[in-house]
Order: sequence, then C-alpha cells, then structure tokens
Amino acid sequence: MKSLKASTITMKTIIYIVCIFLSILSIFPFWVMIMNATRNTYQIQQSSVALLPGKSLMNNWKILTGKSFNPWVGFFNSMIVSTGTTICAVYFSSLTAYALVAYRWKLRDAFFSFIMAVLMIPAQISGIGFYQFMYRIGWTNSLLPLILPAIAAPAMVFFMRQYLMATLSLDIVASARIDGSGEFRTFNQIILPIMKPAMATQAIFTFVGSWNNLFIPLILLTRQEKYTMPIMVSLLRGDIYKTEYGSVYLGLTLTVLPLFVIYFILSKYIIAGVALGALKE
Amino acid sequence: MKKSGVSYAKYGYIFSIPFVVTFIIFSLYPTLYTVVIGFTDLRGLGKTAFKILSDPFENYKIIFANKTFRTSLKNTAIIWTMNFIPQITLALLLTAWFTTRRFYVKAQGAFKVLIYMPNIITAATIAILFNSLFGYPKGPVNDILVRFGWVAKPQNFHLQKWTAKGVVAFIQFWMWYGNSMIVLIAGVLGIDVTLFEAAEIDGANATQIFFRITLPRLKTIVLYVLITSMIGGLQMFDIPKLYLNGGPDNATLTSSAFIYNQAFSGSYLYNRASAASMLVFLIIVVLSVALFLLMRDRDEVKLRRQERALKRRGGVA
Repeated sequence: MKSLKASTITMKTIIYIVCIFLSILSIFPFWVMIMNATRNTYQIQQSSVALLPGKSLMNNWKILTGKSFNPWVGFFNSMIVSTGTTICAVYFSSLTAYALVAYRWKLRDAFFSFIMAVLMIPAQISGIGFYQFMYRIGWTNSLLPLILPAIAAPAMVFFMRQYLMATLSLDIVASARIDGSGEFRTFNQIILPIMKPAMATQAIFTFVGSWNNLFIPLILLTRQEKYTMPIMVSLLRGDIYKTEYGSVYLGLTLTVLPLFVIYFILSKYIIAGVALGALKE
Repeated sequence: MKKSGVSYAKYGYIFSIPFVVTFIIFSLYPTLYTVVIGFTDLRGLGKTAFKILSDPFENYKIIFANKTFRTSLKNTAIIWTMNFIPQITLALLLTAWFTTRRFYVKAQGAFKVLIYMPNIITAATIAILFNSLFGYPKGPVNDILVRFGWVAKPQNFHLQKWTAKGVVAFIQFWMWYGNSMIVLIAGVLGIDVTLFEAAEIDGANATQIFFRITLPRLKTIVLYVLITSMIGGLQMFDIPKLYLNGGPDNATLTSSAFIYNQAFSGSYLYNRASAASMLVFLIIVVLSVALFLLMRDRDEVKLRRQERALKRRGGVA
C-alpha cells in the first residue's frame, strides 16, 4: 500500500508541473503582448520579454492611432456585426428548432436530415460565388452580408432542437392554445424563456465566432471605414508600423481586450458550453 | 390534431421559412454560383460577365496541373498532421489525468480555463502576435533561447521552411488542444460510473482502466474530434495567411490561402479559385458524410427514445 501511495504522489507532482507549465504557455504570449504594449521601441529591442509594464502606453497609443489603424472604427463595426449576427442566429435558430420539435409536418424529417447534411459545410467554400453575388448587387462594403446569413445556422438549429426535445413539454403548448394564445405568441412569450439557457450558451459562441471571423469580411470589405477588428489587425503587419513594436503590441492588445473581458466573466459557462456541444452532437 | 378540427402542421412550414429563404439566398445560391464560375472564363477585378468555356473542365485541368495548388494541399495535410497528433495525444493524457479519481487534481477548473483560453482569441491577432514573438534578430523567443544558452545565436524562424511550418502547426495545436480536452472529458463523464468502480474493485490500475475502459468508450468522440478537426484544418486560413502570408517560398501556403490568392490578388482568377474551392469541397463532403453517419447512429437511438416518450405523453400537434 505504501509504494502505491508514493507512486500516486509522484504522479500527482508530475500532473501539477505539466498543468502549471501548460497554463503558463497559455498566458505567456498574451503577457508579453500586454507588457510590451506599454514599453517603447528601444526597451523592446533591448529585451523583448518583460514581466512588468513600462511607461510608454500613451506614446504608443499616439503612434498607433496616428496612422491607418483605427481601433474605434474596428470596434464599432465588429460590435454591429457580432451583435447582429448573434441576435439573428439565436432567434431564428430557436424558431426553426421549435418548428422541428413542436409540429408534425410532412417534410419535417426530410428537413432535419437536410440540416444534418449541411451542418459541416463551411462558408469559405462558396466564398467566390458569394463575393460575385454581393458585388453584383452592390453589397460589398456593407455589413449586411456579414449579418443576414446567420439567420440560417444549421449547427445551431441542431443544438437548439436537441435542447428543446429534452426540455419542452408539449402540454405547455397545448394549454397556451386553450388559453387562446396564437402560435407565434406562444413561441415568443412561452417557448423563448424556456430556451434561455441554451440561447445564452449559443449566443456567447456566435458572438465570439463572429468577432474573430476573417475570411468573409476580408473578401467583402475594401473600404477602411467598414473594416472589422480582424481586418484592422492585419494592418499591423504592414510596413507602416515596421519598427513601432510597442504600438503593434498595443494594437494587438486592443483587438482582443473585449474577448478577455468576456472570457474571464463567462469562462465557466463557455467551458460548460464546449462540453455540452460535444455531448449534444 | 384532427380531433379538434385545427391543424397546426402549417406552422411547422411557416416557422421554417426564414431559415429556408436565407439558406437558399446566402448559402445554396452562392455555392451553385461558385460551381458555375468554375466552368467559365470569369477573371479580372470588377468583372461579373462570363461565358462557359468551350472546354468546361479547363480550369480544373489547369488547377490539377498547378504545382502551387498541389504544394498547398500537401502543406495543409502536413501542417494539420503536425498539429493533430500532439493535440489529441496531450488532450487524451490530460483527460486521463483530470478524470482519474485517484489523482484528484485540485484547481482543475482554473487549469481548464487557462488551457482553453487561446481557443477563443482572434486567430488573426494570434498570427501577428506570433510573428512578433518569433521575430529575428530580436524577439521574445530568440531572447529566451539565447539567454538559456539553447542556441548560440538568434534563429531566423521566418526564413526556414520547416520552422515556419512548425510554428503554424504549433499555433493550431496550442489553440485547439484545450477544446479537444474539454470535449473528451465530457465524453468520459458520460460513461457509466459503475464500470470504473467495478474495475477498481477488481484491482485494475489507472493505466489499465484508461486503455481498457475509457478509450474504447470514447471511440465515437475521438472520431468526432478527428473529423471536425480535419474539416477545420482544410479551412486553415487566418494563421498561415497572416503569420507569414504563405511564405517562405510557399512553405505555409494552405489550400484556403491559395484559393484566396488566386481570386483576390494578381489577376483575380475567380474561375480557377472556384475550381480549386470545389476540389476542397469534395474532400469536405466525404468527411461530412462520415461524420453524418457517425452522428446519425447516435441520434437515431435518442430520437426513437424521445418519440416514444412523446407518444406516451399523448403528443400534441
């Protein structure tokens, strides 16, 4: 018994060392980024790893915003796109899922099989056709084509359907009908509140996914005042900031600041959501 | 509900309309459009008019013969493999550690939060951040390597093909192993606890339990992680595009970056890019079919159970 205990302790020590190492590996790049955002070019060239902040934050900010990088524009556009996408995706996916669960209609099973079939098809594949289509109708440099497609989100419909099947009692729907509630009103006032937990989880992931999306905005948006954050960030790689290391780090920090805030407030739900998503699928 | 004289079936259709209409306009139509463009002469910035080529498969032939396209497919496969093998290995190892009761890891929640974190951070930002971190001659990674004496002088990671590929693969690995770990842990928690208890009573050790009980029961989930990762890998764009823009000498050019470069730079070859998209699409379809079959089997069982439950409740509508 004694040797068993000793081996368990050794194992535990190894586990903690590895886990702490991995945690540092997760934090370290961002730590360097944030610290260097407050240091000047000379300091960074002397030693590019610093554990404590410098005093050049304001100066870096001035250099950063004095050139083409405009964090406010990027933030504003990304906010509109991500919020719009989240609302569209969550509301209409819930509605579609409700149609699949609450009603018996002829094409229901076929429709559901179709949703399953297109679940994994990425938007990137039809990127060229999408671009040409939007170009023809004059919707490039508009935020609408980044938002509206979210109304049809097969993966979320799938998730919402699984959730509804597990939680919805059709007796509620029946009694709402007896009380004279119309079908649409029943959905908005009775079903949506029931779906709140699922909607919250999906909302977080949609928002973050939309905030991080690069490919489609990159092909559609050519005017700088329409740039979303990920495109704005690609400006930092260009020649204009070549030696302004501190400013580049500050720009990078600004693009992910909202994500850090969201993550450290909601990390518990996000991790539960990742686990749940896998179980449901 | 024929009994009450009102049929609610039509609401099933009505509530599905927004989804269906949006899907047709923003997914189906662009996909078909891409297919058509692949057979035409459409190229050049700002052009929309096109005609079908006399040899409709000309673009496909050219793409097949294109060395860069083949390189990009090879790169995608190599980078994905270099990321996935360590990713699934580490994810499984951590899963084993976090779910074995004997090791009861305190602060497990905090570790999960930190390990998962890179997954939600903007890939575009991470690509440019790593470009700075691996900077030459001065950069955090070079500084550390030199300070600890692991290398004699700073290395130019951006100019060597294999280190460039390696860094892209590392970023993908670093961003995704936490996600895989959480998915796998959820899978383990779904396994019947009595199985583990019985094995423990029989004197099985942690390694035996993991390989004889946990792993076989995780098969479906590991497969799910594998296929979704492959499909994601085929779309790898943000990191290779912004880390070194496909360089050096196309060493980190992935198929998605190739398609983007064909269509949106140089001579704007929309037609060739569409043909290349369709080839990648074909691979994704094959993978999706595999995933569909995998998930349907699991879903069917659940569906039948729920259908039965609904019938018992007297099923409305």
